[in-house]
Amino acid sequence: MDTAIPVSEPSPPAASAAPDGGPPVLKLHIPAHHPAPDDPPDHSAVPRFPAGIVERPDIAVPAHVTHPLADKLIRALDDDGTAIGGWDPKLDPETLRRGLRAMMLTRAYDERMFRQQRQGKITFYMKCTGEEAIGVGQAFALAPDDMLFPTYRQQGLLIARGWPLLDMMCQCYSNPRDRLKGRQLPVLYSSKEASFFTISGNLGTQFPQAVGWAMASAYKGDRRIAAGWIGEGSTAEPDFHHALTFASVYRAPVILNVVNNQWAISSHQDIAGGEAATFAARAIGFGLACLRVDGNDFLAVYAATLWAAQRARANRGATLIELFTYRAAPHSTSDEPSRYRPEDEGLNWPYGDPIERLSRHLSVLGEWSAERQAQLDSEIVDEVREIGREAERHGTFDQGPHFSARTMFEDVFKEMPEHLRRQRQELGI
Amino acid sequence: MPAMTMVQALNSAMDLMLARDPDVVIFGEDVGFYGGVFRVTEGLQKKHGDQRVFDAPIAEGGMLAVAVGMGAYGLRPVVEIQFADYIYPATDQLISEAARLRYRSGGEFWAPITVRAPCGGGIFGGQTHSQSVEAIFTHVCGLKTVIPSNPYDAKGLLISAIEDDDPVVFFEPKRLYHGPFDGHPERPAVPWTGHRQAEVPEGYYSVPLGKAALVREGAAVTVLAYGTMVHVALAAAEESGTDAEIIDLRTLLPLDLDTIVASVKKTGRCVVAHEATRTGGFGAELAALVQEHCFYHLEAPVVRVTGWDTPYPHALEWAYFPGPNRVADGIRRALEG
Ligand SMILES: Cc1ncc(C[n+]2csc(CCOP(=O)(O)OP(=O)(O)O)c2C)c(N)n1
Repeated sequence: MDTAIPVSEPSPPAASAAPDGGPPVLKLHIPAHHPAPDDPPDHSAVPRFPAGIVERPDIAVPAHVTHPLADKLIRALDDDGTAIGGWDPKLDPETLRRGLRAMMLTRAYDERMFRQQRQGKITFYMKCTGEEAIGVGQAFALAPDDMLFPTYRQQGLLIARGWPLLDMMCQCYSNPRDRLKGRQLPVLYSSKEASFFTISGNLGTQFPQAVGWAMASAYKGDRRIAAGWIGEGSTAEPDFHHALTFASVYRAPVILNVVNNQWAISSHQDIAGGEAATFAARAIGFGLACLRVDGNDFLAVYAATLWAAQRARANRGATLIELFTYRAAPHSTSDEPSRYRPEDEGLNWPYGDPIERLSRHLSVLGEWSAERQAQLDSEIVDEVREIGREAERHGTFDQGPHFSARTMFEDVFKEMPEHLRRQRQELGI
Repeated sequence: MPAMTMVQALNSAMDLMLARDPDVVIFGEDVGFYGGVFRVTEGLQKKHGDQRVFDAPIAEGGMLAVAVGMGAYGLRPVVEIQFADYIYPATDQLISEAARLRYRSGGEFWAPITVRAPCGGGIFGGQTHSQSVEAIFTHVCGLKTVIPSNPYDAKGLLISAIEDDDPVVFFEPKRLYHGPFDGHPERPAVPWTGHRQAEVPEGYYSVPLGKAALVREGAAVTVLAYGTMVHVALAAAEESGTDAEIIDLRTLLPLDLDTIVASVKKTGRCVVAHEATRTGGFGAELAALVQEHCFYHLEAPVVRVTGWDTPYPHALEWAYFPGPNRVADGIRRALEG
């Protein structure tokens, strides 16, 4: 796979001749839905980039120097598991093993919670399978107190920061240990302590908020930066553009991450405008720096995030990073991907699986073995099961207990206004 | 006549309108190939082609904006907002633009747009998949607001909405998509099959905007409801054994004031029920109208039974939802008052 296939310029569609011989008539372009569920998986449109060929610019370069990177793909791990090129962050084996562990823990956690939904113990769940290198690799590259504004698919950030799985599970169960008091759908975590902003169900809103936090940090002469995440589908929302505008105008110390996992529920990235230009290229018109990264390559994700973080800390402004990956799981427990894409499409993703790739890299380094991998696998399964049982002892969604209905009226305002007090009385509690 | 679910009835309305009028186009998030996350547009792209039924980028404001432009050209766009909770990014285009186009251009331009959005709770959707936002739109001059409560009305009202030359916001109570819901979550889900209003003609018919339906005759008290709350109110009346008259408003704007006034003048008592939050809700408008038009016939204050003035809490859904017990309690207060 390590051969560069040049990104070809999209050719303008042919003008259709008018039936009456006059000038061509207009034609509405609707991006095709492909491949259909019963077609064989087809990744021929996914450009192949070898590892190690993209140069790493100095963090202080003017933004436009990074703009050619919008059409490339930063990769540090080649297909054999060897790290090559300027974007190899040269992490020590212990850090790599910690990264592998956090990614595996994220996957095992997802597996368990998805099953809990199928068993009726929680109402809803969303996995990040195939995208673990993003949450984990990026958390590793940031300082523990940098402020994160994630979507629902970066649970890896919390796990990599060492946030207790027990706490996350209790949120999903809406049980009395849920710090969100049963008010939010499962996976919409919040942890001020972990510098992890409350996740919104409304797409895109967090992205410009990350910019605002970063502006405040700069205003206060702080040293902490902010990072925001958004799915490629949601870049169509105006909030995405607000983020880029404000980040550019105020040179905010923020990292703006677009997770391009190819699908937004059933819509291919083409529907978000991915057919005409890459998502990294959105930075160009705003004069922001940009990087486009193999999101399944732990090393590249780490290195690119570190580059952007160092640049932001040096008051050189924001970087837009496109993390190129594949959503291997259904969108959520409510989704039926077999209705809109081939079942085995994910297995054929040209950039592989992030966990397998990091594990292979450690083996190539002589720092890992099949036995150690198997041992870690079972250790993690046991750990998640143990914590899962403990969380269930605090209550599940279907069996309860839950917060008392009294609490429903709290936190609407700092002080409960009279009308809410009256409504609480009306409820008779 | 075939029994249809509300999903099938809505699908049938759009299918017919696509066939009857080449200017009808349908778009929204996931509505094309997939047929929508609630499957309401299933099969329509395959049948009518992707030039007429297609996926939109995740940009509700963009969807409404292009719908205004398409309407200005002469198309008749039907836009699906995936959940009513996600209509907010579209509100500027809806409120400042679509709703006022006719007025500000002296009748030169208008926006024959239908905006469909699933609304309401009952599926543990939490605060971002459960809201009832109708009062935001009834407050705007120039928008029509429709909320059906059964498959027959859903199809007939959607056809009227699409044919209407003014913008119509069409809320679909998602808890009613596959069956009526009386507000008792502990009971097994009931399908539409066998329900009188699930008998839906396959062909064209319409239910006019602005006409309420009398769904239960009674003499003791009038209950005004719409959407899911129609079924909850029926359950409340049965369970409390009260002689309640229940009116399904079907369209909030234009509102069938005559039917409301005639009923309240007869019963002298009125309960207004909706799932949306109370303060500034459509119930406040109804209570005001009843007071203005029926003051001398009223024997008790108008009672409102509504969602609480809090976000919709995920785990406390049934403490939030104004179920049959709360409606029955409201009826009792209206009778005693
Ligand atoms: C404003 C808004 N519109 C629509 C939705 C419904 N919705 C939830 S997730 C989703 C797809 C998002 O896709 P993408 O941004 O690519 O992120 P991914 O799920 O692939 O990680 C949609 C349309 C929403 N939550 N908020």
